[in-house]
Amino acid sequence: MHPLGRVLAFSQKCRRFSTNVIDPNSIQPKLCVVGSGPASFYAAQQILKALPKVQIDIFERLPVPFGLVRFGVAPDHPEVKNVINTFTKTAQDPRVKFIGNVKLGQDVSLAELQNAYHSVLLAYGAEEDRLLGIPGENLDNILSAREFVGWYNGLPNNKDLKFNLNIEKVAIIGQGNVALDVARILLSPIDLLKKTDITEYSLAALADSKVKEVKLIGRRGPLQVAFTIKEFREMLRLPRCFVNMNAEDFAGLDAIVPNLPRPRKRLTELLMKSISTSKETEADKCFNPIFFRTPKSFQSGEDASSVGALTVAVNTMEGENAVETDVLETIECGLVLRSIGYKSIQADSAIPFNSKRGLVENSGGVIQPGLYVSGWLGTGPVGVILSTMTNAFAVGQTMASDILNNTVDASIKKPGFEFIGSLLKKKGIQTVSFADWEQIDKVEQSRGKEKGKLREKIVDVKEMLTIASGKP
Amino acid sequence: MHVPPVKGIHCTQGLAHGEYEWKDPETEDEVVNIVYVDRDGNRTPVRGKVGDNVLYLAHRYNIEMEGACEASLACTTCHVYVKQEYFDKLPEADEVEDDLLDLAPFLKPTSRLGCQIILKKEYEGMEVTLPQATRNFYVDGHKPEPH
Repeated sequence: MHPLGRVLAFSQKCRRFSTNVIDPNSIQPKLCVVGSGPASFYAAQQILKALPKVQIDIFERLPVPFGLVRFGVAPDHPEVKNVINTFTKTAQDPRVKFIGNVKLGQDVSLAELQNAYHSVLLAYGAEEDRLLGIPGENLDNILSAREFVGWYNGLPNNKDLKFNLNIEKVAIIGQGNVALDVARILLSPIDLLKKTDITEYSLAALADSKVKEVKLIGRRGPLQVAFTIKEFREMLRLPRCFVNMNAEDFAGLDAIVPNLPRPRKRLTELLMKSISTSKETEADKCFNPIFFRTPKSFQSGEDASSVGALTVAVNTMEGENAVETDVLETIECGLVLRSIGYKSIQADSAIPFNSKRGLVENSGGVIQPGLYVSGWLGTGPVGVILSTMTNAFAVGQTMASDILNNTVDASIKKPGFEFIGSLLKKKGIQTVSFADWEQIDKVEQSRGKEKGKLREKIVDVKEMLTIASGKP
Repeated sequence: MHVPPVKGIHCTQGLAHGEYEWKDPETEDEVVNIVYVDRDGNRTPVRGKVGDNVLYLAHRYNIEMEGACEASLACTTCHVYVKQEYFDKLPEADEVEDDLLDLAPFLKPTSRLGCQIILKKEYEGMEVTLPQATRNFYVDGHKPEPH
């Protein structure tokens, strides 16, 4: 058995035999969370409910909170970001402290956090992406969808992303909702994006874009698409854009559809209805989902350093699996976006990490008593806010019960932020409080107002820190 | 500050943040009694009124219905099962709600989004039940041992 497994099995035994339930009012546990997205806030909400005198410190690498809600959700989906309101309420609870601009593995170590707090929750998500691992992948103008999303959403690390939109044909590898998000942003009339919180430099670049055609390439067929119906409908409703699919890819589906579970049935029916609704004459853009194709290599175009085409193998299906045939095809494309999944990193070498799957080893969110993981870092990078919420609620509840049944001993004195704060001060690190974030928020909203936008995001960390420090 | 969404298919009521549900019924004519049933079967009868939003009414009475997107049809956290005879009385779900319901775990034929149910007099006695909600998110297929 894996050594971690032995620890987990033993701790499970402890939980079963431990009948002491501590009076929640008799203890003052100090907990910390690494990361400030949904996986963090939803867990914190459950902990606050169960432990009235808890102190929760939320560390975030950036000066600004909210993770993928701020940097992942598309600018034209503002209602999905409403969750920020409930997270703000949580952050303003006197028992919660937001500490921005602190990076695990660089500014603090996991060991230091474990010494300072009774329990630590890792909730820092997935910040890297998977590679195809095929020849030509390092040509210019081949990006990950994640970087492109970070670029238009103002993620500081992606603001200087180098690529060009002087090309007509884009190939997106992958058929999930992230792929649809980037397709939609590339094909939307600029007027629809002008009032959102999309970054200014992205609006300028998209206004100059020559993109006319976006292909969405998947290894399998219409029955296996990972995107969901709401997002596909948005593609059908894009002004002046026609949706083009190959009817042959839908052969035989008429018979299967009636027996599919409801979500798959409704989506497949919509896909089938959409093959034949093309409004080619009024459209100047094209959205083209392509099925049964596996990318094999990239070739350069007129510019020898930049991508010009993609070679794919044609697939057949054996059950739910795609099997490559010998037949190859070439797809012309001047920009490629790889949307095949995110991947987490091992922020601190002490974190038990499964590099193959890109996530932290855990059992129901428990790494060991006192060390936990929630959200994509523990489940793998799949799922919408609802699934992260459900997972984080469960992990938060587990963290609270571990304290209440003495699996984690909260009667021991722990220094909490007294210790970590002085450590950070010695290193000269400027921490950002939630009130400081609220200043940054005000500036973003007022700059946005001047341009008729929801907000104009600040994309430079130094600028965020300057505003946070209160100095002009 | 919450800025109303651009799409605007759904906002029929002026007060969209639950203030209305915090007002008590003024007359008996207004009263609509409903029952919330949680996933363990615990029943909470609630004295609502005509025009109350089932999600915000739940919040007033501490029923654990999340409402993450604040009734803007962008999530499924207010998913409920409506007792059949009342389900039949509800106006049909529009396409946007149906698309979201496709994503809701443990979907049933009587599933609806609580934030789209506005109380009418004829819903007197309605029962809405919270689903199991918890999905198994353990990547290795591990199932937690009952404790």
